[in-house]
Amino acid sequence: MTENTITKKATRDGFGAGLQAIGNQNDQVVALCADLVGSLKMQPFIDEHPERFFQTGISEANMMGVAAGLATAGKIPYTGTFANFSTGRVYDQIRQSIAYSHKNVKICASHAGLTLGEDGATHQILEDIGMMNMLPGMTVINPCDYSQTKAATEAIADHDGPVYLRFGRPSWPVFTEESDFVLGKAQVLQEGSDITMIACGHMVWQCVQAAEALSRKGVSVEILNMHTIKPLDRDAILTSVAKTGCAITAEEHQLHGGLGSIVAQLLITEHPVPLGFVAVNDTFGESGKPLELLDKYGLGVQDVISKAKTILQKKK
Amino acid sequence: MKDIQRLKDISSQVRRDIIRQVHHAKSGHPGGSLGCADLLVSLYFEVMEHSSDFSMTGKGEDMFFLSNGHISPVWYSVLARAGYFPVDELATFRKIDTRLQGHPTTHEGLPGVRIASGSLGQGISVAIGAALAKRLEGDDHMVYCLTGDGELQEGQIWEAALFAPHYDLDHLVVIVDRNGQQIDGACEDVMDLGDLENKWSAFGWETHVMDGHDYIDILQTLDTCKQHRSNGKPKCIIMRTVMGQGVDYMMHTHAWHGKAPNDDQTTAALAQLEETLGDYTI
Repeated sequence: MTENTITKKATRDGFGAGLQAIGNQNDQVVALCADLVGSLKMQPFIDEHPERFFQTGISEANMMGVAAGLATAGKIPYTGTFANFSTGRVYDQIRQSIAYSHKNVKICASHAGLTLGEDGATHQILEDIGMMNMLPGMTVINPCDYSQTKAATEAIADHDGPVYLRFGRPSWPVFTEESDFVLGKAQVLQEGSDITMIACGHMVWQCVQAAEALSRKGVSVEILNMHTIKPLDRDAILTSVAKTGCAITAEEHQLHGGLGSIVAQLLITEHPVPLGFVAVNDTFGESGKPLELLDKYGLGVQDVISKAKTILQKKK
Repeated sequence: MKDIQRLKDISSQVRRDIIRQVHHAKSGHPGGSLGCADLLVSLYFEVMEHSSDFSMTGKGEDMFFLSNGHISPVWYSVLARAGYFPVDELATFRKIDTRLQGHPTTHEGLPGVRIASGSLGQGISVAIGAALAKRLEGDDHMVYCLTGDGELQEGQIWEAALFAPHYDLDHLVVIVDRNGQQIDGACEDVMDLGDLENKWSAFGWETHVMDGHDYIDILQTLDTCKQHRSNGKPKCIIMRTVMGQGVDYMMHTHAWHGKAPNDDQTTAALAQLEETLGDYTI
């Protein structure tokens, strides 16, 4: 697989396609959006099921409450807005009316992370995985590409409980199959014996590229596509590090509180190994192109390679 | 008219239950609870079509949401007296392992509660969601939501106030407990709410004003809302109440918003409230 030959599509397009598909399969599915229908690619669902769509206007707090009410009455609501407005802006509404109340609401969040790009740090939320992971009973998913975002969007309808589904804005390589996605089960994207890369979202592709480069230097990398961050597939991680003896995590998120912290908590208690983190280090983002931003903030392919080499050294 | 005396008898017992719960727990919110007793008794014992054989989805029945969750003592009493759970369970209010949490929750599985509330301003949005679902299901039952007046200072309330008229939710009735008091003092001093009737009307709601302690007014106003079920407008009732209604020393002050009476104060309060249905066992 190389960057030049592979098809690219945005993960948010996967959400739109998945919503359309699940809307046709399950008549209990309803959708809400806070004035971002175009950005979230929700129009196909609306065209086919106008009576099951509710435009809320720019009022995310109300949208979360309305979704909780729809779920109370037996519907399966999907809310759509940017990740920032899906979490930080409405955290208390989610905490009380959805998570604590165990409502079957699917919080679908686009434009997460640095790869939002030019809009800058106001919209580039890098704290959302941590916030949502902390809520008891919340399922947290950050798929890696179009195919698995589509698959995840459909799969969460069958999961009874609140879900946070995180995806992004940019066009991004499509390198998995929909059928590879199983909620709660990490995908072993490639097997290897020297080091485990545990990644979510766009960073899975960064790891794929880094692993290719490392393999040319004789390093055998195992990649875990950790699309479901909560509940964490502990067995997949423990099995892999038992084989490789070291690991790095990679996420488009703050270092503190995200996938890296979650994996570290597991490994330090169950199977301590040398461990490194590729994440944003306690800073806000800025405007720029997605790949420029990933490079500037330490999430480039070279950063993944460097981190892997550092950890491999510690193993010896 | 209806059998008003029956409702008054129930509300007297409910007010006893409120005082006894808060006294026994040594914490809780008696003021607003006493003020909303007549409304909740009217809803659960006269107005709403509902079943104490509780169903979360509320299909085929009227639904009630409590947004100002801190007045849980009155709701718990009314639910228990209406048969949703054993009356003696009121003795567990705010105690360890109870289903009667300080603020209502679905988390412990208490029948009658469909959403957690306590963090203010969220209930109307939830009621809207339930009302939308009823429309999708072709279920023409009503959805009621009670909020405090101080609670209207929350921004989410006004997001919801825009939403309901936009979607013509004429089977939604929001009742504002207009007692004019909040924790830090009178609403007009803390953050003046202004002319609530005109505010809700301007947002597109059919707005009513009623006396929350006059059963004839309560039943007539709620009946009017039901009669106007298909007029395209959500309903808002500005319900004038007295915080602490029924216990003389608790009335007309915010002092008893969130404070429990001591033993002597409890005795004095219960002396003013006839035991009509039998006290629950502590």
